Parts: sequence; C-alpha cells; structure tokens
Amino acid sequence: MDDGQPLFRWSWVVSNWDNDSPNSIVNLLQAHIVMSAVPVIVGLLVSLPLGLLCVRWRWLYQPVSGLMNAVYALPSLALFMILLAVTGAEPVTVIIPLTFYAMAVLIPAVVDGLASVPEHVRQSAVAMGFTPLRRLVQVELPIAVPVVLAGMRVVAVSSISLVSVGALIGQGGLGNFFTDAYQRDFYTPAIAGIVLIVLLALVADGALVLLQRLLTPWMRARRSA
Amino acid sequence: MITFESVTKRYADGTVAVDGLSLEAPTGEITVFVGPSGCGKTTSLRMINRMIDPTEGRILLDGTDVTTIDPPTLRRGIGYVIQQAGLFPHRKIVDNVATVPFLLGWDKRKAKDRAMELLERVGLDPKLAQRYPFQLSGGQQQRVGVARALAADPPVLLMDEPFSAVDPIVRTSLQDELIRLQSELQKTIVFVTHDIDEAIKLGDRVAVLRVGGKLAQLADPRTLLSEPADDFVRDFLGRDRGIRRLQFVATDGLELSDPADTSLDVQDGRPVGWRRDSGELEPAGTFVPGRDSLRSALDAALLSPSGAAVAVDADGKVLGVVSRQALDKALSEVADG
Ligand SMILES: Nc1ncnc2c1ncn2[C@@H]1O[C@H](COP(=O)(O)OP(=O)(O)OP(=O)(O)O)[C@@H](O)[C@H]1O
Ligand SMILES: [Mg+2]
Repeated sequence: MDDGQPLFRWSWVVSNWDNDSPNSIVNLLQAHIVMSAVPVIVGLLVSLPLGLLCVRWRWLYQPVSGLMNAVYALPSLALFMILLAVTGAEPVTVIIPLTFYAMAVLIPAVVDGLASVPEHVRQSAVAMGFTPLRRLVQVELPIAVPVVLAGMRVVAVSSISLVSVGALIGQGGLGNFFTDAYQRDFYTPAIAGIVLIVLLALVADGALVLLQRLLTPWMRARRSA
Repeated sequence: MITFESVTKRYADGTVAVDGLSLEAPTGEITVFVGPSGCGKTTSLRMINRMIDPTEGRILLDGTDVTTIDPPTLRRGIGYVIQQAGLFPHRKIVDNVATVPFLLGWDKRKAKDRAMELLERVGLDPKLAQRYPFQLSGGQQQRVGVARALAADPPVLLMDEPFSAVDPIVRTSLQDELIRLQSELQKTIVFVTHDIDEAIKLGDRVAVLRVGGKLAQLADPRTLLSEPADDFVRDFLGRDRGIRRLQFVATDGLELSDPADTSLDVQDGRPVGWRRDSGELEPAGTFVPGRDSLRSALDAALLSPSGAAVAVDADGKVLGVVSRQALDKALSEVADG
C-alpha cells in the first residue's frame, strides 16, 4: 500500500457496484445471499423430519447427533476441498457443507423444541381427541417454534460468515473480495466485503427476530405479563 | 353410565395399578375416586377415555365397550380436566376453550360464541378471552380448563385432581362452582382426588381405593362416614369422621324457641348479637334451617356464649333460637344412628 493511498476508496465502490463483471458488488452480494440462505432453508427442511424421527424413535437421536457433531468438527475448508473434486468450483460445493452445519444445530433444536412442550399440555391434547398428526401440527410444533427459531438465528449468522471461506475455491460470495484485496494489496474491497457481510448478518437476524414475534405473540405476552 | 367390569391394569414393568375393579358411575352423578398416592386413580380414569387400555376386563360407556370406539372420536365426547389445566400456551383463552368444537369441525363463529358463553358460565370475565394462558392466575386457568372440557357439551366429564394445585380459598370456590354447574348440567362425572374432604363434598358416590388398585369401599358420602367398611377406610376418613357426618344431617327438625325468651338482640328482624349481663354485645352465629347442615348449626352454637344457635331465613331474618338442649337432642339422635 502506498503511503498516500487512503484506506477506503469510495470510487472503487462506485465503479464496482454493478458493472458487467461477475465480481461486481451486487453479483457477489447476490451469490452470498443464495449460498448462505439455501443451507439454512434446506437444513431446516431436512432437520424437521429428522428431528421428528429422533423424537419418535429415541434411540436414533444419539447416532444422528453424534454423526452431525462429527461433521461439524470438520474444518469447512477441508470439506470444501474434498467436495471440490466431486462437485467442482460451484456454489453447491459451499452449500453442501453449510447445510450439514445447519443440520448439526437444527436437528437438536427441533428435538429440544418438541421436548419443551409440557407433558400436561401434550396429555390434554391427547385427551381432547387430537389425532397424532394434528396434535403435532397444531400443538407441538407451534410450541417448539421459539427453540427452533433460536437455532435458526445461530445458523443464519454462522452461514453468512462461513460462506466467505469459500473464496479459497473461488466461491465465497463477498468473501471473494478478501482474497482479491490480499492479492492486490488493496484494502477497499475487503472493507466493503466485511461491512456488507456484517450488515447481511444483522438484517437476517433482525428478520428472524421479527418472524419470531409474528409467530409467537404468546411468548411476548408471557414476557410482559 | 360408565361401568367397570373386573378391570385390571398391569404395566409393562409388572406394577399392578388397578386390580379387578368393578363399579358403576351412574349417569348424571359425580363419582369420586379417592385414595392415597399410587392407588391407581389416574390409571382408572385414563382407561375410560382410552389413554390407557386395560390388561383385563372391560369398561362400558352406556353399554358399549370403549375399546371398540376409535380413541379420538371417543375422547371428543368426553371432557377432561387435569391438575395443571393443560391449557395450550400458544392459543388465546377463547381458542383454548373452543378446542374440541374446532376438532369436531364446528363453524368458527359458532365455536367462538360457544366458548364465550362457557367462559361466562364458569364465572370468568369475558375480557379474559383475548389473553394467553400465562396471563391468568392458577384459579382462572383452572376455570378455563373446566370451560374447555364442557365446550362441546360432552355427556361425560373426567377430572383428575383438578383443584389440588390452587390455594384453599380458590379451591373452595371452584368446588362450589362445580356443584352449581352440575346442578344445571347433570353430567356423568368421574372425579379423582386424594383429599377426602373434597370427595365427601363433591361426590354423590365415593369409591375409596387402596394401594394395589383394589376397591376398598363404594358408598354415598354419608354411608361412608357412618359405616366405613374396614380399618383402612376408617383411617383414611381420619379423626373428624364424626363431625363430618353432621354435614349430612338435616336441620329442618330442630326445635326453635322464641328469641324473646333469650338474650338475643334483634333489630328489624335481624340478629344483632347476644347481650351480655355487662351490656356488651357478642356476635351471634347463624344458620339457615333446611339449607344448612347440623354441622353448621353446631358451629353457630359454638360461636355463641350461650351455646345456642340462631336460625335465620335466607334473607337473614330471625326465625328462632336453637337451644343447647335442642342441639344435644339432635346430636344424640345422630349418635344412635
Ligand atoms: N406408565 C407406567 N408404568 C409403570 N407403572 C406406572 C405407570 N403409570 C403409573 N404407574 C404405577 O401405577 C400405580 C398407580 O399409578 P396412578 O398414577 O394411577 O396412581 P394415582 O392414584 O393417580 O396416584 P397420585 O395420587 O399420586 O396421582 C403407581 O404405583 C404408579 O407408580
Ligand atoms: Mg394421579
């Protein structure tokens, strides 16, 4: 870096905002959103049934959560590298490991969420003549929502942060700016990338908090009571 | 009518919770299951709505073996109230009460109207309808639990220690409310408690169970108190059995004397108090003949220095005074059986 060079140059942001390059800010932001949102959504869709199975057949939970924890312990970079050989330098190479990370958090969240349904509430639902499916959908899952959403918040923020590691295989969304900055010894892209990633994480977390408020007015009622 | 035919429940671990239970819970009456902890009360109750199936024997609901009825269908026709109320935390009170009507597929409007009607019936402010369960006191939640059990107007009501988690004052008012509701609705109620006073207060018939799930005695409360079947029942009824019996003795026949012959001060027909020789006034205990029991009359007498009780009508106007001698006479008649 030249001594006279400012740390951050707005002109770079302006010229790279939405140019034709696949590495424009808007394009990388989009890629980042997709690569972090898909694991969270797919992770939830897979974790729900798996969590339900673990509740139904209790013995399943230990092996499943053990396996997920083992996956969670693997460094993301190592996973990206292994998958690179199979799926190539594509977004999916980043999305797959992040989906497993999401599952490692969300399966226990679903199990704990269902365990948070008080036994007397479950019993009275049975006694009133709910069928098992209806009881699950109308009583147990709604009561599990706060615990599951708390897991979702952790998963959303960590996915947004972890996507940038994908830059090392050229699929890091905004993280691509970090490698770019390092290679060119020019810090503006890195700073822009960090700021956007943090903003993205804040927006995602805020959206989930809002969703929680919409879905669980009864929790708010309890807090203010 | 609910009929237990030699019902036995043996759990997987070998525990015999209920052993050869045979009894009838007549239509329109309150049958109370009472007994020490672990004697199989909850197990017996839950076999009625098939939350538990018997190992041996049958349970008939108006002559139909309950195991031939699909459980959800059976349960929608049987109200169920439990100790912690078991309200759904995520649903507003009105929706909690309307649960079974919703399950039965009633029109939404009709179900909610019905729920509002029931909230009022159990003595709750309709303003509570839009709250969530956590915003209600324990006693209010319990009332909601009763309203919810009654929502679809089931002929049968199962209640498992519904009032045991609230303080004694609230418990008494909930019990009185149940008695009042029952006089209007005449449901077939099976009520579980470990509190013998509650059993005697609420039960048309009381089944005393002993640990191991055997029926020790089935009788109306009065007979239970005067003729306990064995030592277990006698012990379970406790020391105040004699006094409690007076609860079932009528006061219509008590001899009334003229208050003018006593030291009772009366103004506008109402008792003011007993006038002492010193001129001081002592409060006078009162009871309503015909409505109150001999226990109330005795209680009223014990509050008076003269040992006499004041009989008043429902409006509180003095009818007469029951002297110590008159009470003694009534008591000795009870003792003679
Ligand atoms: N699922 C079960 N498996 C094994 N044993 C059980 C089970 N449920 C209850 N029991 C046993 O059966 C017996 C009767 O239990 P139950 O719950 O019917 O008693 P209860 O009279 O309702 O007691 P309490 O007054 O404490 O509620 C007890 O010994 C209890 O430990
Ligand atoms: Mg019990």
